[in-house]
Amino acid sequence: MNLSLTPLTVRANRLMQRWGVHPQDRKAPASGTAITPLPLPEQLILPLSQHIGSPARPVVPSGARVLRSQLLATAQGRVSAPIHAPTSGTIVAINSAPIAHPSGLTGPVMVLEPDGLDQALASEAVDPFTLSPAEIAERVAAAGIVGMGGATFPSAVKLGLGHNQPIQTLVLNGGECEPYLSCDDRLMQERPEQVIDGGRIIRHAIGAERIVIGIEANKPAAIAQMQAAARDFPEISVIKVPNRYPMGSEKHLIAWLTGQEVPSTKLAADIGIVVHNVGTAAAIHRAIRWGEPLTQRIVTVAGGAVRTPLNLEVRLGTPVSALIEFCGGLVSEPARRVMGGPMMGIAITSLHVPIIKGSGGVLMLTEAEIKPAAAATPCVRCSACVSACPMGLLPLEIVARVRSNDLAAAQELGLKDCISCGTCAFVCSSGIPLVQYLNHAKGELAANERDAKKQAELRALAEARSERLQREARAKAEAAAQRKAERERARAAAKAAAAAKKAEKAEQNPA
Amino acid sequence: MLSATLSLASLGLIFGLILGLAARLFHVETDANTAEFEADLPGTNCGQCGFPGCAGAAAALALGQASATCCPPGGKIVAQALAARLGVVLDANAVSTQPMVANVHEDICVGCTRCIKVCPTDAIIGAMKQIHAVVGDACTGCAQCEPVCPTGAIRTVPVTVTVGTWVWPRPAAA
Repeated sequence: MNLSLTPLTVRANRLMQRWGVHPQDRKAPASGTAITPLPLPEQLILPLSQHIGSPARPVVPSGARVLRSQLLATAQGRVSAPIHAPTSGTIVAINSAPIAHPSGLTGPVMVLEPDGLDQALASEAVDPFTLSPAEIAERVAAAGIVGMGGATFPSAVKLGLGHNQPIQTLVLNGGECEPYLSCDDRLMQERPEQVIDGGRIIRHAIGAERIVIGIEANKPAAIAQMQAAARDFPEISVIKVPNRYPMGSEKHLIAWLTGQEVPSTKLAADIGIVVHNVGTAAAIHRAIRWGEPLTQRIVTVAGGAVRTPLNLEVRLGTPVSALIEFCGGLVSEPARRVMGGPMMGIAITSLHVPIIKGSGGVLMLTEAEIKPAAAATPCVRCSACVSACPMGLLPLEIVARVRSNDLAAAQELGLKDCISCGTCAFVCSSGIPLVQYLNHAKGELAANERDAKKQAELRALAEARSERLQREARAKAEAAAQRKAERERARAAAKAAAAAKKAEKAEQNPA
Repeated sequence: MLSATLSLASLGLIFGLILGLAARLFHVETDANTAEFEADLPGTNCGQCGFPGCAGAAAALALGQASATCCPPGGKIVAQALAARLGVVLDANAVSTQPMVANVHEDICVGCTRCIKVCPTDAIIGAMKQIHAVVGDACTGCAQCEPVCPTGAIRTVPVTVTVGTWVWPRPAAA
């Protein structure tokens, strides 16, 4: 229930955990504002790829009239998620548009023009505890729910995983360690019963024994509300965790709460733990209890350049510009526009990019709020990045390998364990963009793996073709030989017949 | 009839014997290295390296007459594999070849199927008098289809970067 019940081993383990950094949290003033629904914008831009995995495939044509909660695009493959209409209206286009991606490239989208009526499909409400775990996973998949903390991994996959290990613990992640963001804080303060009920539904689906909810200490109101809502459920404990970035990382929250470490290249499920974000739990509650697919989320609009920072409940697909406008517009030209948190968020260039399932924040940061873009100086080997790295890696050494193009050596030093949290770049006294090097290297590794797979497939295709050509040539030669043999045989038969006739004639006229 | 059959058969026998003997007498030992290099190459025999097919390129590599970056359709992966086998360090930036993919200009494709016949990976689909299309995932960008096209409808173009294939750029010098 509280810290006094925490086993001594776990407490000792916590003393050993020296990772992370303490950025100024800057949660106020947005964290003090209640969740406000944002009015419908003129247009909703719905990217087909709002999740990790294969993009969704559109199932309604351009020009079709759709109702709220209607399926617009269906999941493709095992790791994917469907997309539903956030309101009623007309699909006016299925094309490409700018999306929130570090590359600034466009991606496939469906454009929905709301009709303002907001008519919904009839929804079905059920009691989740009468459903089987498989049925819950199915409903969560059909509702298009993905990890709302920003990772956007399809939640149903985590519910339905063929766990080779029984799951003992469900961890609900209320860490929200990114500065500025307070969407989870407000959710836990204002709708704690939704989070708790969602957690109980997930627990029922995965068969976990207990639920542990970790919340950072800078959210006392959320902790109090959640503890009050969880009072009737002995299997739930709400635990205060210290403010430290990246406490909201799955592996680090697990280590802090349970003292267990997720092994390299393994999943949390491999040690009997499943982690879901509190926002995901609330979305699962709505999907199962109310039959409502994921079509809206809470977004923190903050940063020094925003007139009145707020927490807004936004329909997915709403362009960032509509949020900024509702918050009173900009007081100054932002030095950096970010979707997500300031540590791991995506810098966006256009305000037309839409809010997607994983967008927890929209930040308009002034020059004073960002790290000055001073030119990087050589590494002085102070090892600040090593002390700060939450994964216990040696960022300076890995980056030295990356800079000399030795990806294999970088991989040996644990490049693949890097979670791209940006802690190393945050503490670097020389201003070296360490995390960009690491992201670049991880991207190159992934691209190389893709290329190697393609080369192997191409080789197989080329071999199959040459085999086929040989087979065809052989078949042709055999057919020719057979025809020739048949001709010979026919000729021989004709000859024999002629000879027999001749002999017969000779017999008939012996004289 | 019999004499003709016999004479042809005996001719065949004699020539076969000569060929067989010649194969034994003038046998060329293929380098084991050549086979290894050939296994690293795409096997599509496109000839963009300037050698007669992948076997030719493999032989040139074994003799040290070709560089690790000789195979444009193979791209970085093949270059790295060859460099590892040659024991040389590959400068990643030396492989500047842009990956290519064939693309059919649908307005001028006449559906002659000539490109389909030369494609080493069967990456082109279509039929007589039907517009052809390229399966991008199966195309090596070897450009063998370009010269056979009577209307210039098939061309190799640089692969466009999508959100799925984009990679974080290297930070500018630091």
